[in-house]
Amino acid sequence: MRTDAGTERLLRELAPQVLGAVVRRYGHFDAAEDAVQEALLAAATQWPVQGVPERPRGWLVTVASRRLTDQLRSDEARRRREAAAAMAEPPGPPGPVAAAEDGERASGQDDTLTLLFLCCHPELTPASQLALTLRAVGGLTTAEIARAFLVPESTMAQRISRAKQRIAATGARFAAPPAGEWAGRLRVVLHVLYLMFNEGYAATSGGEASRPELTAEAIRLTRAVRRLLPGDGEVAGLLALMLLTEARRPARCGPGGALVPLAEQDRTRWDQELIHEGLALVTGALTTAPLGAYQIEAAIAAVHAEATTAAGTDWPQILALYNLLERISPGPVVTLNRAVAVAMVRGPRPALDLLAALETDERMAGHHRLAAVRAHCHELAGDHGAAAAEYRAAARTATSLPERRYLETRAAQLAAAAGRARAAGTVGGP
Amino acid sequence: MKYLLMIYQNPATWQAMPESDKKAFMDEAGAIVDELTASGEWVGGEGLADPSTAASVRVRDGVPAVTDGPFAEAKEQVVGYCIVDCESRDRAIEIAIRWPDARRWGMEVRPILSPDGVEM
Repeated sequence: MRTDAGTERLLRELAPQVLGAVVRRYGHFDAAEDAVQEALLAAATQWPVQGVPERPRGWLVTVASRRLTDQLRSDEARRRREAAAAMAEPPGPPGPVAAAEDGERASGQDDTLTLLFLCCHPELTPASQLALTLRAVGGLTTAEIARAFLVPESTMAQRISRAKQRIAATGARFAAPPAGEWAGRLRVVLHVLYLMFNEGYAATSGGEASRPELTAEAIRLTRAVRRLLPGDGEVAGLLALMLLTEARRPARCGPGGALVPLAEQDRTRWDQELIHEGLALVTGALTTAPLGAYQIEAAIAAVHAEATTAAGTDWPQILALYNLLERISPGPVVTLNRAVAVAMVRGPRPALDLLAALETDERMAGHHRLAAVRAHCHELAGDHGAAAAEYRAAARTATSLPERRYLETRAAQLAAAAGRARAAGTVGGP
Repeated sequence: MKYLLMIYQNPATWQAMPESDKKAFMDEAGAIVDELTASGEWVGGEGLADPSTAASVRVRDGVPAVTDGPFAEAKEQVVGYCIVDCESRDRAIEIAIRWPDARRWGMEVRPILSPDGVEM
């Protein structure tokens, strides 16, 4: 079911506030979440026809509360029947539905963050955290989330229901984490938003027009977190990183869904509005907040965004930022990206030496990106034969269809260049 | 990430197995399916009819050649498949290790190409 864009935006905005209000009043996160989804669906069908109620949030809280109390009562009734108790006790008093109208209060915003903490509970797998966040905080339906992750709806429904059971089992309450855990839990929330963005950013080779915009959702939720924590540099950094990356979207796909590498993108197609906003955010964060990994990644994206041509990229600046990133947040992917910057600044040989160290890292060995960067270094060094071989190796290990196609194309181009060089050598030789 | 788990069997040895053993195999596999369904990792899967019912199709110079039997002649044949969506290759392999056919014959774990990609 599709509703008009205005109603949908309003419903998605209100979803976490309504859920927060209902859970706060009745507990039962699991059942409350189902009840809120039903209320959102009811609104999506009724509002476009009957008009948006005067107090939409109150309307949703009332409808969701009624569904929830009905559900809890019928569960209770079933338990009683099953117990076949002879005692005919009257059912519990109906929930204070009328009180729901007090709902319009400022805490709606804070509930969004509390919900994020709950949905990104460290006991859940990243896949479950993502799914639950999209549903409970983002207000997406299970069907929409399933489409976004290209799995059947039943699979996604199980994942969400298991995630909710797990949260119930941990005994987690609907409250902000204790002060001592706060920073760590916020890191998990930001990571989930980052994963959500990446999931949506991956360009699709199929023409799935129905695939919802996960990047838009990730940006929307990160903006919401930023409104609640305006002084947090990493929140600003993550939002900046998303905006600066999203700005490239119009230029990253060629005809037929072929991927266009950063160096070959038509930079006039980059979204300047997003770039300006991202630049302002990251500059502000870097000058006022303690340094963090998202801010550095955003700063690197900013250096790329500021270059009007690929050749005009300030690679020494990017290398300096990667050196910094590797110090505060070391990992094989950071080293791999740093190697690209090393190749551009100091040449392919030192970069290849750096890559050699990664081959023994089992998180990276055999990864197509490692072979692809090696190929790039050989290409810079003018060894087209070795570059072609590495691109072929990278294509073999790639698990993404567009990336494999890109790597196969590069391999073919370099093999042809190597062939031409050999032919020229033969002709020109003694 | 999605993985295809191909289940290999020797149909002749399977047929020769006592009914109680067959049932134990199927119950064991069924329990794993239930568990993967509950965890939200199960995407789908089916058992296949006997390889003798297969048709192999090749078209050469526009001429189709259809032969009875599986594509590759081998003692062990694909008799079923599962598709799982899980965190890592290790997790997919862990599922394959637990599948009863792995003890007797074998399983093949193949990553399914994602239709999405990121520019380099």
